[in-house]
This record gives sequence, C-alpha cells and structure tokens, in this order.
Amino acid sequence: MIHSLFLINCSGDIFLEKHWKSVVSQSVCDYFFEAQEKAADVENVPPVISTPHHYLISIYRDKLFFVSVIQTEVPPLFVIEFLHRVADTFQDYFGECSEAAIKDNVVIVYELLEEMLDNGFPLATESNILKELIKPPTILRSVVNSITGSSNVGDTLPTGQLSNIPWRRAGVKYTNNEAYFDVVEEIDAIIDKSGSTVFAEIQGVIDACIKLSGMPDLSLSFMNPRLLDDVSFHPCIRFKRWESERVLSFIPPDGNFRLISYRVSSQKYVDGSTRICHHISVCWVELTFPCFMLTVGYLNSSLLPLAMAHEETRKNCLVAIPVYVKHSISFKENSSCGRFDVTIGPKQNMGKTIEGVTVTVHMPKVVLNMNLTPTQGSYTFDPVTKVLTWDVGKITPQKLPSLKGLVNLQSGAPKPEENPSLNIQFKIQQLAISGLKVNRLDMYGEKYKPFKGVKYVTKAGKFQVRT
Amino acid sequence: MLDTNKDSLKLEAMKRIVAMIARGKNASDLFPAVVKNVACKNIEVKKLVYVYLVRYAEEQQDLALLSISTFQRGLKDPNQLIRASALRVLSSIRVPIIVPIMMLAIKEAASDMSPYVRKTAAHAIPKLYSLDSDQKDQLIEVIEKLLADKTTLVAGSVVMAFEEVCPERIDLIHKNYRKLCNLLIDVEEWGQVVIISMLTRYARTQFLSPTQNESLLEENPEKAFYGSEEDEAKGPGSEEAAAAALPTRKPYVMDPDHRLLLRNTKPLLQSRSAAVVMAVAQLYFHLAPKAEVGVIAKALVRLLRSHSEVQYVVLQNVATMSIKRRGMFEPYLKSFYIRSTDPTQIKILKLEVLTNLANETNIPTVLREFQTYIRSMDKDFVAATIQAIGRCATNIGRVRDTCLNGLVQLLSNRDELVVAESVVVIKKLLQMQPAQHGEIIKHLAKLTDNIQVPMARASILWLIGEYCEHVPRIAPDVLRKMAKSFTAEEDIVKLQVINLAAKLYLTNSKQTKLLTQYVLSLAKYDQNYDIRDRARFTRQLIVPSEQGGALSRHAKKLFLAPKPAPVLESSFKDRDHFQLGSLSHLLNAKATGYQELPDWPEEAPDPSVRNVEVPEWTKCSNREKRKEKEKPFYSDSEGESGPTESADSDPESESESDSKSSSESGSGESSSESDNEDQDEDEEKGRSSESEQSEEEGEKKKMKKRKKVPEGQREGSSSDEGSDSSSSSSESEMTSDTEEEQVEPASWRKKTPPSGKSAPAAKEISLLDLEDFTPPSVQPLSPPTVVSTSLAADLEGLTLTDSPLVPSLLSPVSGAGRQELLHRVAGEGLAVDYTFSRQPFSGDPHMVSVHIHFSNSSDTPIKGLHVGTPKLPAGISIQEFPEIESLSPGESTTAIMGINFCDSTQAANFQLCTQTRQFYVSIQPPVGELMAPVFMSENEFKKEQGKLTGMNEITEKLTLPDASRSDHVVVQKVTATANLGRVPCGTSDEYRFAGRTLTSGSLVLLTLDARPTGAAQLTVNSEKMVIGTMLVKDVVQALTQ
Repeated sequence: MIHSLFLINCSGDIFLEKHWKSVVSQSVCDYFFEAQEKAADVENVPPVISTPHHYLISIYRDKLFFVSVIQTEVPPLFVIEFLHRVADTFQDYFGECSEAAIKDNVVIVYELLEEMLDNGFPLATESNILKELIKPPTILRSVVNSITGSSNVGDTLPTGQLSNIPWRRAGVKYTNNEAYFDVVEEIDAIIDKSGSTVFAEIQGVIDACIKLSGMPDLSLSFMNPRLLDDVSFHPCIRFKRWESERVLSFIPPDGNFRLISYRVSSQKYVDGSTRICHHISVCWVELTFPCFMLTVGYLNSSLLPLAMAHEETRKNCLVAIPVYVKHSISFKENSSCGRFDVTIGPKQNMGKTIEGVTVTVHMPKVVLNMNLTPTQGSYTFDPVTKVLTWDVGKITPQKLPSLKGLVNLQSGAPKPEENPSLNIQFKIQQLAISGLKVNRLDMYGEKYKPFKGVKYVTKAGKFQVRT
Repeated sequence: MLDTNKDSLKLEAMKRIVAMIARGKNASDLFPAVVKNVACKNIEVKKLVYVYLVRYAEEQQDLALLSISTFQRGLKDPNQLIRASALRVLSSIRVPIIVPIMMLAIKEAASDMSPYVRKTAAHAIPKLYSLDSDQKDQLIEVIEKLLADKTTLVAGSVVMAFEEVCPERIDLIHKNYRKLCNLLIDVEEWGQVVIISMLTRYARTQFLSPTQNESLLEENPEKAFYGSEEDEAKGPGSEEAAAAALPTRKPYVMDPDHRLLLRNTKPLLQSRSAAVVMAVAQLYFHLAPKAEVGVIAKALVRLLRSHSEVQYVVLQNVATMSIKRRGMFEPYLKSFYIRSTDPTQIKILKLEVLTNLANETNIPTVLREFQTYIRSMDKDFVAATIQAIGRCATNIGRVRDTCLNGLVQLLSNRDELVVAESVVVIKKLLQMQPAQHGEIIKHLAKLTDNIQVPMARASILWLIGEYCEHVPRIAPDVLRKMAKSFTAEEDIVKLQVINLAAKLYLTNSKQTKLLTQYVLSLAKYDQNYDIRDRARFTRQLIVPSEQGGALSRHAKKLFLAPKPAPVLESSFKDRDHFQLGSLSHLLNAKATGYQELPDWPEEAPDPSVRNVEVPEWTKCSNREKRKEKEKPFYSDSEGESGPTESADSDPESESESDSKSSSESGSGESSSESDNEDQDEDEEKGRSSESEQSEEEGEKKKMKKRKKVPEGQREGSSSDEGSDSSSSSSESEMTSDTEEEQVEPASWRKKTPPSGKSAPAAKEISLLDLEDFTPPSVQPLSPPTVVSTSLAADLEGLTLTDSPLVPSLLSPVSGAGRQELLHRVAGEGLAVDYTFSRQPFSGDPHMVSVHIHFSNSSDTPIKGLHVGTPKLPAGISIQEFPEIESLSPGESTTAIMGINFCDSTQAANFQLCTQTRQFYVSIQPPVGELMAPVFMSENEFKKEQGKLTGMNEITEKLTLPDASRSDHVVVQKVTATANLGRVPCGTSDEYRFAGRTLTSGSLVLLTLDARPTGAAQLTVNSEKMVIGTMLVKDVVQALTQ
C-alpha cells in the first residue's frame, strides 16, 4: 500500500525518507514540488497527485509536508488518515511535530515508522502499544541511558497487541488514581452582514486524561445525552451500550486520548414535530430579541403555548452565539483611505466572562497600512500578509472594546469590492455552550477510589463574521 | 565501532548509520560490517540492524544470505513475538533465492498457535508475492487457510493479502463472509477499511440490486432531475415515509446476508477514523437500498470538520453522491457554506456540492449565499461561483431570470475575470431561450462600449450575430462600431467581428453589405494569418460570385444553423462508476490495481455457498442461515413476509451482539435478554396448553409452527418447518440459546409417553402416535446391555412409585417426539421426519442414532433417496443410511442414520437427494440426546460427583409445580428430557441420574433435591460445562412446566 514516505519542509528540502518496499528515488518528489509551485499557497496543494508511475498523497501539518508514495489503488483517506496518525504520534512523542524535533530524534522516528507500517500496511498505530515498544525520550531517560548504556527500545515485548483491548497496556500502576475529562466545545458559525446567523453548530470533544491502575472499566453518563446526535467514538467505547442506554462504557487507554467527538447542530431534522417547534422558537426568538439568535428548541410537544415554548427554548437553545460584533468598514471611492470601526460585545454568555478574545481580519491586498486606536487590548497589522490581529482579552459588558481608525489604501488602485470577514476567537471557561453536562462516572473492575474531575470550556471554532 | 564488543558503541554506530539512511545517503558499503551484528544480543542494536538489512539486502544479496540462518532460528523461538518479528524481517528481505525458505516459514506460521504470528504470516504473503509471483497458487492456499481464522487480529491482514494476491478469487470469501461481517466491528481500523471495500465488491457479485425495482419508478424523477422534487424536498420525514412505503410495493427481498452486512457496518459510521467512515459510506452508497443510504450523510458531514486533506477527499465523494442522491445531503446544505478562510480547492468543491444540492425550494438561500461569494477576493473562486450560478439557472427554470439579471449586473464588475466569466455564462444561458431575451442582448450590445475583456467582447459579438434577428436594429450598429475599432481589437474579437459581419450580410445584406466588405478587406491585411484565412474563406462563401456558387448557396445554412445549447453539467457527473472513496474515483482515472466494481448480477447466485457451521456464531447468523435456507423453496411466500421479517430480526440480533459486547463487563444485558426469552417461553407454554385439547396429530404441526411465531409473525406460512432444526445450531454460546431450545423439550414432553407410568397409558398414547416411536423395523437392533441400563433406571423409578412393571416399556424410550426434517410441501410430496431413538447406533458407539421417516404423499414414486454432500462443522460426522431405491406414492419407510455430534448441539447439515431434487436439511440434537445412560451405584455416583465440583458443577433452584411433585412424574420428565439412567438413592427426596456423553464419554451426573414444599435444587456435574449448563436449562424447564 504505502510504498515510501518523504518528509519535506517548507523550503522544499527532503529531510527524511523511509521506504517500506523497494527504494523509490527522491526524484519522485519533483512532481510534488511542481504542484506546490502551481498552487501558490501551501494549503492549495492537491492532496493527491498522479505521476506516471506513482501516486503521491500528501498532507500538510505543522509546516511540514508528509508525502507518501503509492503504487496501486488504495483508498486515499486510508493514507491520509495514516499520515495524520504518524504526525500525531510524533507530536505525542516529541511534544511537537517540527523539523527540528524529528531531526533530533531521527532514530526514534525511524523505529516508530518501522513499527507503524509493515510492507506498507499499518501494523501498530495505537500510541499505547508504540510506547511499550519504543519509549518516548525524556531528559531523565537520556541521562540514564548515556550512563548505563540502556536503550530506548522496550525490552519487554508488548502484550497489548495480543489482547482484546489493544489500546490499553497491561500492568499500569499509579499511586494517585485520577480520571479527568475535558469537555471542549467549539462554536462554528457564519454570521452575515446584518448580524443574522447563517450557519451555526457546535463541535464538541471530550478529551480524557486517565491515570488509573489496573484494568478499570468506566462508565460515563450525561444529564442530557439526547443532545449528542452525531458522535464519533474512540474504539474503546462499547457502541451497543451507548445505543441502548446512552452511557459511555469503556476500558480506557492509559494517558491522554480523545474519548468522543460530537456535533450539535442548529439544523435539526429529527422529525416533524421538532421541526414545527423549530419554527415556533425561531419566530419567537426573533420577536423577542431583535438582535436575533438562531436557536432550536428541543421540544417534545408542538402544542405548547408559545410562552412555554419560549421558556423551553431558552433552556434548550442548542447553538447560542455568545458574542456580537458591530462593524462598519468602508472604503471611499477614488480616495486612498477608508474607515474601520469594529465593536465587540457579549450576548447570551450565560453569565460567564468571555476571555481570550482575538479578532483576525484578512484585509484586501490594496490596503497599505492601518491607523487604528483600540479602547482595549492591542493590535498588529502585517503589511505583507495584510493580516490585522486585534488581541482584545476579556470583554467587560460595562465598557465594550472597540477598534477604530483609518485604513490607507494604495493610491490609484480601485477600491476593494469586498469587505473582509472577521474571524473571532474567544474562550469561555466552565461552560459547555450546548448545555451538555456529565452526570456521573462509575468505575468497575478495580477496588480503589479514583479522583475524578470534569472541566468545561467553550471556544470559538471557525467563527466568521461577514461584513 | 561496529567491531567493538561494547553494545553502547555499536548502538551509537548503528544510530549514525540509520540517520544516514534517513537522510537518503548511501550506506551500502558498510553492509558486511553491519550484517555481522545481526545476532547481537542488544535489542536496540538488533532492531537497527534489521532496519539496515531490509533497506540494503536487495543490493547485496549474497551478503544478506549470511543473516538468514539467524532468522530461521528465530522462527523456532518459544516466544511468539520473536517468532513474529523474525518472520517479519525474513519476509522483508527481498532476495529471490530465499523464496522457498520464506514459503516454508509462511506456511508454518500460518498454523502457528499465536494469532499474532498468524497475522505476521498474512503480512508476509504479499511480500513474497511481489518477490515471486509464481508462488501464487501456494499462497492462495495459505490465504484460504488464514481466511478461516476466527481472530480479529488476523482478519484485517489476511483480507489485505487476499486483495493483493488474488482479488479475483471471490469464491474463497463465501465460507468466511458471515464471519467477517460479524467480526468486523472488533477488527482494527485499518483492517476494517480493507475488509469493507472487499465486501462491497463481494456483495456486488453475490446479491441482487436492492434498487432494481425502484429504478423503474425512479427513472422519471431522475431524468427531470431538478424538475419535480417534491418528495425529496420534504426532507427526511418523507424519506422515512418512503422507506416504509418501499418494502410494501416491491417484490424484491434482500438477501439476509446482504442485510447482515449493512447492519454490521452501520455502527462503524461512528468510528473516529475518517477512512472507516468513508469506507462504510461507499458501501452504503453502492449496496444499500435508496431509503437507507441517508444514514451516511450525517457521518460524512461530520468529516468536514477534519483536516483539509480529509475534507478534500470527502467533498469529492460527496459531490459525486449528491448528483445521484440529492435528498440525502439536503438537510445539511448549510454545512457546505464556504468560509473565506477555506483553501481554494475546498471552496470550489463545496461550491460544486451546493450547486448539486440546489433545487426549487432552497435556491433562494443558495443564491443569496452565492451573492456573498461573488464579492470574494479569491478570483478563481468567484469565477467558479459564476459558473455555479449558471448551472443553477439552467437546472432550475424558475430562477433563470433572476440569475440572468444578477449576472448582467455583474457585467459592470471591475474585475475582468468576473465580467468575462459572466458573459460566457450569460451567453450559454441565452442560447437556451434566446427569443425572450432580446432586452438582455441589447443591454449586452451597449456594453461593448465599456467592456474591454476580449473574451467577453467576443462572446457578446457572437450572441448578437447568432440572434441578430431579435435585435435587427442594433446589430448593424454594433458592427459599424466594431468596424471602426477593428484594427485595435484582439484577435479573438476580430474573428467574431468577421463572424458577425458574415451573419448580418446573410440576413440583412441591404444595410450591411458595405460594412461587411469593409471589415473583410481590413481583415485581409491583418497580421494574424488566422484572421486573414477566415476573411478569405468568409468572402468566398458569402459574396456571390460565378465560381463559388455551389457553396454560397449553402452559406446561410452554414452560418445560421441552429446550434445546440451547451449543457452545463457537473464534472462529477459520471464519476460514480468508480468505487467511491477509491483513488481512481478521486483522480477520475483508473489507478493501477483498481478492481472494477462489478454490476449487480441479474440472477442471485446460490446463497447457500455461504453456509458454514461455526460454533461461535451468534444467534443472528443462525437466523440468517435459516431464512436463507428457506429461500430456494419458498421464495414467493417469503416475498411478502421478507421485509417485516428483516425488520423484526433487527432488534433481536442487536441485543444479541449487545450481550456479547457487554459480557466483559458482566452487565445486565444478558439477563435482560434471557428475560425476553422467558417471556417467549411463557407464551409458548400458554399456547401449547391451549392446543392440548386439539387432536394429537394436528397439534404437533401447530406446535412446530408456533415455535416460529415469536420470531417471524409468519403464522400463515408453514414454510419454516423444513429448516426447523437448523436454526439453533450454535449453543456453545450460552446466551444464544434460541427459543427452539426451550420449546422443543416442551413439545416432546407432550408427546413422549410417560415412561414410568402404567402400561395402559403408554399404550394409549403410542396407539395414537404410533409412528412417532421406534418403528418396528429397528427394534431388533437394540443391543441388550444398554437397554438394561435404561431399564434399570426405569425400574428404579417404577419401584418407587409402586407401579407395575410392564414389559412393553422395555423398548427404549424414544427421546423426542418426531421432528420435521422436510415438510411435504417443501419436499414436493416427500415428507421427512426424524426421531431420536435413544438406541446405540450399531456402527459406531459414538453416534447418536436418528430414525428418519420418509413418506411419499405425492402421486409419483420418489426414487433414489440418499444423503448427499454433507456440510459439517469440524468433528461432526454422519453415517448415512442406505439408499432407498424407491418410495411409491402413499408409502412410508424408515431409515436409521448415525450422527456423531461431537458432544455439541451444532446442527448436522446435509443434503437429502432424490433422483431429481436436492433438499438442504439439518438435524439439531437437543442436548439430552447427546448422552447415553450409565448404571452406577450410589457410592460410585458420590465419588464421581466429588471429582466434578467447582466449575464443573452447575446448580439451579426451581419450584416444582404441584402437578409434577410425584416421583414418577419427576423421573419421567427428567428421562424424557435427557437420556440418563436413574441411580438408586437412599433418601426419598433426592433423585439421581447418570449418563455419559456419546462422543467423549464424559460423565454427566444429575441430582435433583426436591423438598415436599415444591422447592427443589437441581445440580448437574459434568466435565462438559456447556452441556451441563444446557442440560440444567432443559431439565428445569421440563420440570417447572
């Protein structure tokens, strides 16, 4: 399947190559460079390139290209998925997936790649197994190794690979048994010029950090599992149990891993009655809050009185937009300047503070410079990439942060037709915007009492305001 | 450094060498020095040497051979992981000389104890194949062997080997198909992808198209495509309705195996791996009935949040799917909205999907969205958007004018690209209905003054020329203007000016004759030879002259021929002939090694090829099997009940696998399932007591039918009977005890004569039910010893009850009532029943003797009855009965057959052949028939029982109903359930029975401690725990009834 792998940095140097079958010459990468030149932007390099004898499938991660060489038909996603898994593993081992890290640990990288693929077919990709085979480098170990001459290669052979639960290694032992769950939700939204939500959904993940001895069997239940309508699971989760009881039951891998990822969308097409509710609630909400919000009621009966429906809606709004943006960006015809005025304020934030607010704007090419004054935070404008970044920080409702000023355009150039769209980043601690709540975590199979913790964070995902 | 004795130095050296290899530098001259270290004790050094060896062995073949012996030693290592890694490296060395060694190693490893080593063997197969393709035949044998492997670890790798070595040998899959389906969910992700795509191909060759009947109905909407989309526009609600409606109107019935595949892959849509999700999505797209394909949309939309490469591939596939099945993605329309930060290639794909999804209802939203995109800074994307608008306009008639107006507005855009693109699109749109758009053409004509983009100018000129009849006044004026600026125009515009002039000359020669001549003479002296040529050619054509008369007569036809409107369609239109998700699909070209997705077969191939007996099978597969068996016989009656049935079986098998998955956690599922079964059982009892009143003969039939009722609601069809007993072939798994199991004892209890009872009673029943019992022809066979043991047991029971001992009881108790093997309808007049006679089989003491009764109810004699090609699970063997020459109409006969069930309750499947037909039948033994009674004293019994404690002891508490508290009833019920001998016992409340299993001869000891209150405790001690558990179940049921 996967014939060879080349790692290429941004300047086009091949700094690592690995072949699982016979050797493929580096010159095959020329086709890739050609495509890269054509694409102009790194993001636009087509992931699949066909060359006379091979196919190149590549991914772009952390300023590196992973280019794999394929000779025969194979599902492209199979390869892409694998390459990302390789990058994840590097990240996991070295803390970062960068050229320097890979070059420093070239032997470990090579050993890893050797274990991950056999003759081009994935062999061991679970991080728990790999860590048993090849120990990740730590400062302590490298000191010890240099003194004692012992090696990074595990001398015990991995048993996990042979068991029914390949993701967990055997003989885990901790003095403090802890299980932490981070519920992280990201709001993806497109908000149009007038401020109405074109599209909004919540992308959530539950990341777990499990440090439990032995073979614990966990089950995690939610207060409102019905919220999760589209979920993807870590292989350790017993699917049937979820189907029947809406409980996540699993024997966890050791360490950090992503337990589930889910999507809560504003586009609810569950059945007829919900859809009616949808209409009711949307109309109602639009009436009550002229500043609009797109919400979906999750009502059971469509015959609820309107007021009640409203009540329900407020309780159950699936996608609330926690910030609003007032903006006026204009460019004057036939003069080389324009006005820029953006104010950002909180909305529906459930009483929590919105922090870490950043606004990023890709200004049109004709913009030469910007002369702005922020009432809060600081801004930078990169005249080369034309990216304006405004680091706002916390939003306090008493004094709304704004950024005002003049935009200098190239003289003589026609005024840009399109106003740039604003990309907004923010973070709300201790809140899952979808309202998802973990009910309880039970542990079976082991006797000790673990320490349990759940943390909620809401962030902006791909949150875009069109202007 | 490599020559030192110090491991740390060696390691350092090897690390440097590997770093060189990694950078792509040649390190081959170090080969001899490195190879020496292959036997090094240090694991890390060893591993790095392996890395080196695999990389350079091809170049230094002779030296590489030196290392082979080390690996050969490794292959014999007691540690499975060392064996595996030795095989891995050995097979990775690409040296043709060692092919025979590799072959040997692979063959050995394929039958290794450890699944991990077998997995490595599977990995080694394609390596060897690529090295020497002559080994194919031998490798296929190994693959065949490994395919039969039951561990999840091996499954993925062997299917990958299969795909690489012999993808055309689809016949190897038959036997393993169901196993693969059932294992699928537990296989690791990479294996899942390979298996799913292989199964897609397999299913395409083996099952009928689920849409074959729909296709006729669908053709119309499909053609209209964007026309009448009402039902799809209604969204999923209507889809569900359609799903409900479809089964009722189509006579097509999905093969149960086909259903199995769909059902088992569905949960994988929630996999974290994009590749698996895509694989399942393509499987559903290619295999599922239209109503069910919708489920994949949600999962695919989820993938759009992933890395941009994943998005790219998924969107390509979505684009193809959305052309065929638009309704599927419509609810997710907004998920395809474009963000300004998306890479251009993603934007364009999203646009493609949006365009495909646009229809009458959502077009306003889509167009509003497009309007935003048009103002984007990314000009390639804007151009694509304009084209998309054009496509929407051609497809949806209602918005054509709106689109056109919008596009016309775009003409005033400053960006050349935008204007040019709009003009081109407008040109195409106008071509579709020029008559109504005189206005726009006029507007365009005015634009010629402003627009500078040559392509756009050319397009306008072409339009005016083409439709000059609609704008008779403006056209000559435009030509005049163009003639004025002719010399300053671009070539492409000049050509169109000539064209326009020619067309006008032909239609309106009065006004334009001079202008045309002027233009042509200007063109004659142009710098570009193309233009000069065109001018000369045009002049010859249109200007009448003496010589060229022949052509000029046709000039009008040449120039003003009606031109077909261009069709704007998606570039993804015909991509779906490639398997979705494949590399070939992505490239829209066949990649090397691409396996065509075969078309659905016209006729379904024989489904029985997938029949295998594997003890691990869960109930659902049994069910499938049974259904499938019926199919050849009852395809018509099945037709009606099919859909409901498959729907019914769903939840059950779900809960079934549920219990399997939860068995690790020991959760309550299995108990809840057995609850269900208990209910069934109760129901059963109610029914059977009802039917007691009815006539005996009829009752039996009914009972059998009822057995099926809880599963299938198929009361009307008696068709189930033929395959009755095959159903519960897998009892090795305790939870999968099927209903039959519990029902069967109930049914024979009814019909078995109470053995310990007085003779008259027994006689009475046997008179009624004569043929149910040991037919006279076999009686001589019963050897005396065993009879005496059973007799002893009977005597025991009898003495206790003070009943007179009647000689007629000496004939062995027949174990079960008559079971139907083949119903006369199914057998075309041949009805076959069987009973377990409980006599030792004469040929082989390990065999259970089964009496088979044939009766011919047809009006022609049936000839040459014999057993053909038994398909038996491992260990089970059959002693066939001698061929029955002929069975004349109305006649009945009996034959004896011996079956060695190997102490399991797996069904023995075989074919019953007549001269003309073959029937698939199977015999399923109740657990009680797998043993023979043993006579032993109380002391012996206690001694043996003492040995069989702990795991081998199964205890169950029960309450005896009033009716069965008397001794003889208890004894009779126990002996009726199981072929055991009574052991004398001191206390009156205790009953003891003993027997040995037929095949292995393990003891089965049964103790029943009954209190006068009715509370009782049943204990079974047996080495065969499975048999013990099942026996307890059966006996408890028999007693509590």
